[in-house]
Amino acid sequence: MMEWTSFDTWIVVTGMLSAMACALLGNYLVLRRMSMMGDAISHAVLPGLAIAFIVTGSRGSLPMLVGAILIGIVTAFLVQGIFRLSGLDRGASMGVIFTTLFALGLILIRQAADHVDLDPSCVLYGAIELTPLDTYLVGGFEIPQAAVTNGAMLLFNLLFVVAFYKELKITSFDPALATTLGINADLLHYVLMTLVAATTIAAFESVGSILVIAMLIVPGAAAHLLTDRLGVMLGLSLVFAALAALLGHVGAITVPTWFGFRDTSTAGMMAVMTGVLFLLVFLFAPRYGVLSRVIQQARLALKIVGDDILGLLYRFQEMAATGTAPMHAGDFREALKQNWPVRMALWRLSRRRWVRRVENGFILTDEGLRQGRGIIRSHRLWESFLCGKMGYCETDVHTPAHHLEHFTDEKMQSRLEDAADRPGQDPHQRAIPPAS
Amino acid sequence: MSPRLLILTPLGLLLWGAFDPSWVAAAGLGEHTLAWPSSEELLRVLTLRDYNTRVVIVGTTLLGLAAGLVGTFLLLRKRALLSDTLSHASLPGIALAFILLTALGAEGKNLLALIGGAAFFCILGTGAVIVIQRYSRLKDDAALGIVLSVFFGLGIALMGIATRMGSGNAAGLSSFIYGKTASMLFADAVLIAVVALLAAICAVLFFKEFALLCFDADYAASQGWPVTGLDFLMMTLVVVVTVIGLQAVGLILVVALLIIPPAAARFWTYSLKHMLWISGLFGALSGLFGAGISALMANLPAGAVIVLTASLLFGVSLVFGSTRGLARRGVERLRLSRRIRHENLLREIYEMMEVCGLSPEDAELDCALPQVTMDMLLSRRSWSHGQLRRALARGMAAGLLASDGRNWELTAAGLEEARRIVRKHRLWETYLIEHADVAPGHVDWGADEIEHVLDADLVAALEKRLPAEVLQQMPASPHHIEPVQGEAA
Amino acid sequence: MAAQAQANRQSSSARVHALTEDQRRRLPLAIQDLTVAYHRKPVLWDVDLAIPEGRLIAVVGPNGAGKSTLIKAALGLIPRASGRVTIYGQPYEKQRRLVGYVPQRESVDWDFPVNALDVVAMGLYGRIGWFRPVARAHRRRALEELEKVGMAPYAQRQISQLSGGQQQRVFLARALAQDADLYFMDEPFAGVDVATERAIIALLKELKAAGKTCVVVHHDLQTVPTYFDHVVLLNMRVVEAGPVDTVFTEENLKKTYGGKLTLLSQALFEYSKDPRLPSGTRGGGAL
Repeated sequence: MMEWTSFDTWIVVTGMLSAMACALLGNYLVLRRMSMMGDAISHAVLPGLAIAFIVTGSRGSLPMLVGAILIGIVTAFLVQGIFRLSGLDRGASMGVIFTTLFALGLILIRQAADHVDLDPSCVLYGAIELTPLDTYLVGGFEIPQAAVTNGAMLLFNLLFVVAFYKELKITSFDPALATTLGINADLLHYVLMTLVAATTIAAFESVGSILVIAMLIVPGAAAHLLTDRLGVMLGLSLVFAALAALLGHVGAITVPTWFGFRDTSTAGMMAVMTGVLFLLVFLFAPRYGVLSRVIQQARLALKIVGDDILGLLYRFQEMAATGTAPMHAGDFREALKQNWPVRMALWRLSRRRWVRRVENGFILTDEGLRQGRGIIRSHRLWESFLCGKMGYCETDVHTPAHHLEHFTDEKMQSRLEDAADRPGQDPHQRAIPPAS
Repeated sequence: MSPRLLILTPLGLLLWGAFDPSWVAAAGLGEHTLAWPSSEELLRVLTLRDYNTRVVIVGTTLLGLAAGLVGTFLLLRKRALLSDTLSHASLPGIALAFILLTALGAEGKNLLALIGGAAFFCILGTGAVIVIQRYSRLKDDAALGIVLSVFFGLGIALMGIATRMGSGNAAGLSSFIYGKTASMLFADAVLIAVVALLAAICAVLFFKEFALLCFDADYAASQGWPVTGLDFLMMTLVVVVTVIGLQAVGLILVVALLIIPPAAARFWTYSLKHMLWISGLFGALSGLFGAGISALMANLPAGAVIVLTASLLFGVSLVFGSTRGLARRGVERLRLSRRIRHENLLREIYEMMEVCGLSPEDAELDCALPQVTMDMLLSRRSWSHGQLRRALARGMAAGLLASDGRNWELTAAGLEEARRIVRKHRLWETYLIEHADVAPGHVDWGADEIEHVLDADLVAALEKRLPAEVLQQMPASPHHIEPVQGEAA
Repeated sequence: MAAQAQANRQSSSARVHALTEDQRRRLPLAIQDLTVAYHRKPVLWDVDLAIPEGRLIAVVGPNGAGKSTLIKAALGLIPRASGRVTIYGQPYEKQRRLVGYVPQRESVDWDFPVNALDVVAMGLYGRIGWFRPVARAHRRRALEELEKVGMAPYAQRQISQLSGGQQQRVFLARALAQDADLYFMDEPFAGVDVATERAIIALLKELKAAGKTCVVVHHDLQTVPTYFDHVVLLNMRVVEAGPVDTVFTEENLKKTYGGKLTLLSQALFEYSKDPRLPSGTRGGGAL
């Protein structure tokens, strides 16, 4: 079974720090509709790294950082430049630039491979499993170098986001307004892109430069589906990122064992976990999730069917001579041309005690009668209004009235009544029931 | 062979120059310079004498052609980056196919199975992008990014398992990421040739439908075209080219072949048909030269060189493209603003003369024609000192203006030209007034004569509304300025 | 008629040309010789315009007349082929703080995680300056602006959950928060409900009372005389500009709109019968 060592702890910590550093900036990429810019930059850093390696002949952090910042600026400028000059759409401009830079990077790495220890696959997928081997001594503790680097990056990004919170917000939301207010949207764009590049580099050792994009975009996108507040979105994305790192490593050392394998790449599993978290949010988010939308729609449909049943019963009762007139469930199904929704709605109405089952069908209870009267009142008021005030008599006023009756409350009813000059009868000469 | 040689050599040399090894050496590579080919090797590659080289070059050329054709529609459908997502999303398919085959005891690197797995995940990825876009508030870029990264992550995780499997040899799998162009087999080349043929046939057969889909999908749907089906066919072509290209040039670089050639082709034409074939040609050229150069120099990965060749073509097209190239558009913009200034200058001088009465004999007005000086002109319009001076100099060079160094006046030819311009402008203005509801879309001063845009009857009708004096002969200026020797043309 | 138009053009251009720098400094907006072209087709052509201070100015003209282009060119959002634009005597780049801009609503990402209050507070960002966060006082100020447009109860709503008219009011409140001296509004009345239209009008009057200048692209000719006191008739070039009383005549409108005048004559006629107006003030009476 799973064996957890301090190694694993450090892997998780490093993963969390780098994922959070990425996710923080990624929120803005998502909001600026520039998610693929993260992808472009994470591919394009390859030549930056290669040049840094070739020039210094080492894998030190500083040259890498310089190389990353330079390439971040170059990529952002080139994409923006091609976009403005060429008339291509933004996606194509990115595609042209980052594939070119990536190809250049591959060639440079091949040239450098002989004398610098640099493996492109290490750059691409990282080697988070090996990060705990390379440690610093900080205050008596051995802390992995990667954890320090990514922690520093996270701190820096946090400072940036806090310091420029409102500038980032306004330039993301409305760059034209930002410009008219004297906030340089272009400058902020380039700074953001540079930081993305720097974060990518800091993270590439742990998650690899390609998987960085998962950390950049997916937590922010998931958070965007959960909230309408920017601050909350930033916080949630950090939580998702951290969670993905933890679950990713746990998954990497447990999931393969179910199938008889030892383990797999933690970086890959981290990306998969962001996807799993996103999928959960996508399906189950309270307001913007697929499931809640389906439920909302089903509820509405059920309410409409229920309203229709109450209306039918009310009309039936109105026409019947005696006080109570039961209707069969089959009659409802036939009248409404629906089967299961009618059954569900009848069950719901019975449970609310708006209709009651008697031996030969259903009748309205007192409360049901009140509800049914309200619906018919809305319906006939709408018909009177549409015909009397809007002049739609020739066309069928029943259909629009039938749609509108479900969304008309008592306040609206009395306003309608006033607007239609308090009609006693609808256009079909049927009495409009009074307000109860 | 010789025509090919003729084309190959200069471009090869050009690219050779682009990869000048001296800067690499300067950058600290020291003795690890590129291995330059001997003239013998050069000849052997150029004449395709080598069997392996021949397979590789033919394969990559055809791949470039296919990608260029398919990519054109992808670009025009504004889905260039979808190819990026697709190619990344194929990785789990490759890894999973390998794992399953190995687990079942078969040879893991069965090309068809791997390609099948890749294609399956490509389609899954496309579906995921569409679902995310349709059922959430996220925009297309986020949907692409999410699918790309999560699928690729899954691919990496599965690759991790594949490489740790006891049996089977996963070593070659990574070639799907970087490409293994140099070791392309004859079977691969045949496969590529089939795909290229398929792409070309589809591009021709469905040209009209794809064009409609790219230009206005909603309209196509309203006209009863099976938009979803056509879209699916288009995306299938992209998937097929992507998957086939994966092992030839690698995951990211196949994206380049799908995006860059059509992007470059756009600068050369406004016709979709021409763009399609130019794009195919660019793709083929990239494959041809890229593979050729890579074969010549041992240390250059072919996939990367192919992409850089395509990029070079893009750069050249961006600057020198015959319809949308920067050079051409820059020159046009410069010409337009020069022309506006030129016309404004002549109009200004003409109107100054006009204000003072058209006939100097008209004693009632008693208005001497003004001395037109720089200061006067400067105050009339928003041009800068330099712009005005250059406009005046150009007018003199064209023989339209005469000057004594301080004052300026129209020559006889200048007067004629000024009258023509004033007439044109006033006719346009009258047109704007008389036909205000439809006018804005028609006004086109770029046309030399209003008659080129509006029909003759209309112009004649407009002319009647103009005050007659505009069309009369302008009197000669009483203050005749002696042209300074040598300045007037 | 053409000669008269020519004379008008010359007189109006002469007016702007003749401005001294001192006069320019007092003008909220002075445009001289503005030409904007896409490729070789002109969109605006020889536009000369001097906008007086403290007025509500409607910019009207047919579709494609370059109304939005005029505003965008004045704000430097699109390149100019020629011309000079000054705002209180200086180019726009130096006077950003004095200018408020309400763009057309299409360009906004409605899913963006901001609520109505946040959007209004954005109008204050320029004044808050770099690094400093949005303080409580700023929020209070934003809420006040929301109150002016009747949107205070919706302050915490995410913007996609507001109706079109409500969204428009929020963007107006943001412009108010900017506390500019010159406002550009691009079709603020397009597709809004009656309540919003009333709110916008009240707001415009209030701005005018405070001595601000509002340049509004407008498409409903019938309401021009009631809502505005200045009008710019635009059809690629300025047909006529000046006080509504003297400029908003049938003849000028015909020059601007051509044949589409049936509705318009009606509107003018109705307007000229309005008892609240001093009689015989406009050409519409001659209909």
